[in-house]
Amino acid sequence: MSTMTIAKAINEGLRATLRNDPKSFLMGEDIGSLGGVYRVTEGLKAEFGAHRVMDTPLAESGIIGTAIGMALRGHRPICEIQFDGFVFPAFNQITTQLAKIHTRSDGQLSAPVVIRIPYGGGIGSIEHHSESPEALFAHTPGLRIITPSNANDAYWMIQQAVECKDPVIFFEPKRRYWLKGEVDTENAPGDPFKAHVVREGTDATLVVYGPLVPVALAAANAAAEDGHSVEVIDLRSISPIDFDALETSVNKTGRLVVAHEAPTFGGIGGEIASRISERCFYSLEAPAIRVGGFHMPYPVARVEEHYLPDIDRMLEALDRAFAY
Amino acid sequence: MGSAQEAAAGIVRTDPDATDPYASTRPHAGESAGVLRSRAVGPLEAVQLLDEHGNTHHDATFSPYVEALDADALRGFYRDMATVRRFDTEATALQRQGELALWVPVVGQEAAQIGSGRAMNKADYAFPTYREHGVALTRGLDLADLLKLFRGESNGGWDPRECNFHLYTLVLAAQVPHAVGYAMGISRDLAADPTTEPAAVTAYFGDGSSSEGDVHESMVFAASYDAPVVFFCQNNNWAISVPFEVQSKIPLVNRAGGYGIPGIRVDGNDVLAVYAVSKWALEHARNGQGPVFIEASTYRLGAHTTADDPTKYRMSAEEESWKAKEPLLRLEAYLRSEGLADDAFFEQVKNDGDELAAHVRKATLALGGADIRQKFATVYAQAHPLVAEELAWFENYEASFGDAQSQPSTTQGGAA
Repeated sequence: MSTMTIAKAINEGLRATLRNDPKSFLMGEDIGSLGGVYRVTEGLKAEFGAHRVMDTPLAESGIIGTAIGMALRGHRPICEIQFDGFVFPAFNQITTQLAKIHTRSDGQLSAPVVIRIPYGGGIGSIEHHSESPEALFAHTPGLRIITPSNANDAYWMIQQAVECKDPVIFFEPKRRYWLKGEVDTENAPGDPFKAHVVREGTDATLVVYGPLVPVALAAANAAAEDGHSVEVIDLRSISPIDFDALETSVNKTGRLVVAHEAPTFGGIGGEIASRISERCFYSLEAPAIRVGGFHMPYPVARVEEHYLPDIDRMLEALDRAFAY
Repeated sequence: MGSAQEAAAGIVRTDPDATDPYASTRPHAGESAGVLRSRAVGPLEAVQLLDEHGNTHHDATFSPYVEALDADALRGFYRDMATVRRFDTEATALQRQGELALWVPVVGQEAAQIGSGRAMNKADYAFPTYREHGVALTRGLDLADLLKLFRGESNGGWDPRECNFHLYTLVLAAQVPHAVGYAMGISRDLAADPTTEPAAVTAYFGDGSSSEGDVHESMVFAASYDAPVVFFCQNNNWAISVPFEVQSKIPLVNRAGGYGIPGIRVDGNDVLAVYAVSKWALEHARNGQGPVFIEASTYRLGAHTTADDPTKYRMSAEEESWKAKEPLLRLEAYLRSEGLADDAFFEQVKNDGDELAAHVRKATLALGGADIRQKFATVYAQAHPLVAEELAWFENYEASFGDAQSQPSTTQGGAA
């Protein structure tokens, strides 16, 4: 066991992958000598060389497009998109090409490309640097989407993403890069596509992922002071979603609140609310309630605190659920 | 700025009075045999070894590639071109008879495809658009497999690894960065294991696709990493209904220099020149000297697809002028004048083509294996709970109809 930040845990996970899989390599903008704008790849070029840690031209479609070609040749590219809002030049390659190669080749080809994307707000940054576009990719069959919320998951899930035979988008909660946690480098935490119950409770289920997990835990603590026992689930995987774990929890608690930074409309929360309403209809004491971003482009940093779901917004949603 | 100053500044303009923007300038002194080295200079005259009358022209760099071929190989070019044209006719007929949703005719572009395809080694890899039926033939595909896509049986239709011929790609230019990446992968393999068989990749695209950002990014990546890739652009003059002039104000080959990539313009209807130029370019790439850009000037004699109507946007006189320059006539004239082929050969090619067409028709009409369950099974390579859940629902749903049919209905009628 050792203590490290999420950024360092991803760094160590990548280091382990580069050591264990000679076909793996990193590619992206400024990931070499600089170590990435968030220093997640710091020191890796010095250790493995420019051949394994490739600085690319500044062209996102080119990064993903060439990664697909290299994967078709049997290599294992791990691409970094510098910021969430900069993935869109590669959207075509990801959704029309990468996601479909396995099925359009009738299962003969696969392109196990991993795409790392720092996502989410709360860092006081400028336009296009605080977005949560995960639902756009979750809506695309053929992709898998996972996101760690703690250092141990960060260390293991990046390695599991590379081992996966399908393309994986690995969303990194950028405002939690410096969140420290214990990492067990000996024992993997199991299936990366399964949700984890991170706080047990009996009165309501609060489902979150990535950057909002610490917020949800704090909200659950506050609710406990009011006498409500809230179970917190860290989704970990956004595609597929571990509905079985959610069903088990909601059948126990009878109430469901889902929170994410992305806009509520058309978001992951709606999908969870709908499916759990079907699966747990006779257990539910209240309608599923969503907490999320408003239907607006991510706002300027000066007002982002009003946009981002915080402890109070989660408590307000829980109160509404308890009011039924 | 005067024209002399412009030229000194590296600015290339086309002469507005010239009917053919390519015809107004000659290669610059010192340029070798139509190979445009990485700098901005004026448009090149296309490499041509066999003109439209069947006369040969010598080129110090490229003729030796053709001189190394025996009579069988030369006849093979004709056989391939005639075969793919016959195939194309059959596929068009199948579409007209309602057996294909769509067809993408290749007529007119046979030399560009057979010449570049025949130049590739077995270990080389081709990334086609959706019109590379001729290249498919040279790679050894059963051409009937190409029709699965157009009949709605598969979005692929063959295993690309068997013939090193990737699936057709319909999103314009999306396959070009894949080709560059595959080539970069070859370089990585060579670096890791020097006994890897050297290979190069051909990235196919057209004048329309040349406007896509993916072509630009691909050229940047290929140049930056010296990827062993040949960009083979068939400029057939029309992107559906939009003429080439809307895609580019300069010959596309001139763009290559801007990326630091050697560019060659070739008469795309001269199979010998296309073969020689492609052979040179593939060797260049395979030898570790980096990418090459080839612009093959050709003409789409038919429609863009069977849903297209060229009479709405181009003059028949233009089509007629290109028919005189089409690829098969000139090679036939050459083979006959050189005594390399006789009536019996051409008769045999025709009969073989008819035989292939019959095979393609029979194989296409026999298709019918598409199964939605196979689609569920191939969304992901690893098991996926949502797909499994939806498949289970679908199976139950389907089975429910079976039950209803096998049991006497008690509600029908009563409910109405």
